[in-house]
Amino acid sequence: MKVTYYPGCSLEGTARDYADSIHDVCAHFGIQLQEVSDWNCCGATAAHCINHKASIELGARNLKLAARQSNPDLLVPCPLCYNRLKTAAWALEEEKTHQYDIQLDAPAPKIWDLANFFATDEMLAKLRENVKKPLESLKVVCYYGCMASRPPHITKAVDYENPQSMDRIVKALGGKALPWPYKTDCCGASLMLSRPDMGHKLVGKLYDMAQRVGAQAMVVSCQMCQSNLDMYQKQIEADWGRNFAPPILYFTELIGLACGMPAVESWLSRHIADPRPLLREARLVA
Amino acid sequence: MQQTGLSPDFNFLEEVEAAGPFNVSECFQCRKCTNGCPATFAMDLFPDQVIRLAILGLKEEVLRSKTIWVCASCETCSTRCPNGVRIAEVMDFFKEMAVVKGIAVPERQIVTLHQTFLDNFRKTGRVFEGGLMGAYMLRSGQMGSMLKTGAWKDQLQLGWKMFQKGRMPLFPTSIEGRAEVAAILRRSK
Repeated sequence: MKVTYYPGCSLEGTARDYADSIHDVCAHFGIQLQEVSDWNCCGATAAHCINHKASIELGARNLKLAARQSNPDLLVPCPLCYNRLKTAAWALEEEKTHQYDIQLDAPAPKIWDLANFFATDEMLAKLRENVKKPLESLKVVCYYGCMASRPPHITKAVDYENPQSMDRIVKALGGKALPWPYKTDCCGASLMLSRPDMGHKLVGKLYDMAQRVGAQAMVVSCQMCQSNLDMYQKQIEADWGRNFAPPILYFTELIGLACGMPAVESWLSRHIADPRPLLREARLVA
Repeated sequence: MQQTGLSPDFNFLEEVEAAGPFNVSECFQCRKCTNGCPATFAMDLFPDQVIRLAILGLKEEVLRSKTIWVCASCETCSTRCPNGVRIAEVMDFFKEMAVVKGIAVPERQIVTLHQTFLDNFRKTGRVFEGGLMGAYMLRSGQMGSMLKTGAWKDQLQLGWKMFQKGRMPLFPTSIEGRAEVAAILRRSK
């Protein structure tokens, strides 16, 4: 199966671990990723905050390029890129209220959030078939963040208050995804850099709740959430005067673990909060 | 006799809606936005108050508020509003308007990060994360205070760790269509 792929800037840099896991997992399941040729930055939070028109046109350029590749599906791992591309498609194809200088000359492909792509009935069945080491002894919470679900008039999500994609994936891999109330609470996104005090408070709240429900690790699909939850644990613990230190795993890493993919250890070794001690205890890595 | 210090702009709502629609005038002040907002602890006005002030035409109060900047764009408010007010989207509109009008932003660091981010990929088409933090620290004038407090050591350590883990790119990537990207960022300014 061939799909068009929009990695986004972070996957070429700070989210190399996520990028590597996606490439290997997709190859394992016969999904051929064809990168959008000459894609550009989606503009992220910065563009939609202070330059609305550019935020739509940056997305429009990407969609225009993606539409030239003949695949019907466009896979987007970063939920913020996903959200920006969906917003551009919505503004140009549905809302049509304002004029933009870049227009689509063909309909945009179907834009998929990566976790949702892996949570279709068909993909879940494939995951189940490929499990070699069920994640039996692992108790996790799935943390979805904001951008894959909201706002629903753009994402078309129906379970936006209680998303299920990663919970279903964890279950298909034989693991236990605990119910918890902060699935879609904000991690602070770029405020972690510009207002670290705010970021620490928001992420600390998530750690606290994950700990209270008994999670050993947090599972994410967003590299922004991952870095906010993974990189600043020492400072957040100091601010809160508490010990949290949960490993923050990508759902693709869980797929790699459960399907016994050999490259898993190299992805995991790139994290700041080392998940390997926990996974050794759970007998998922050697 | 002057009764109040307020100077409402009676065209403000119209101006806002022309850029939308954000459905601002649909607000019936139920405060569901404020109750679900994760960032109220850092705000000077609650989200429902921003909407109310916009309806009243109190433009200066809105555009000078911290609230519009510390809004994390998490979209919880817009998602839950029973009247379809696009609260998070109109917060973005206010931010842009404040920048365009050259209003002194009370959250300097937040706007500086946005501007640094856009400049980061303006000429290349893709963000170069290896250069982002340094440029932001310089531009936001935090280098001095970081040297004083010793916070630079933490930053450097984290950067080094990321580099060791192969997660800190050393060179920017330029795309073929970089001129198109530069044009998008220019013409819409």
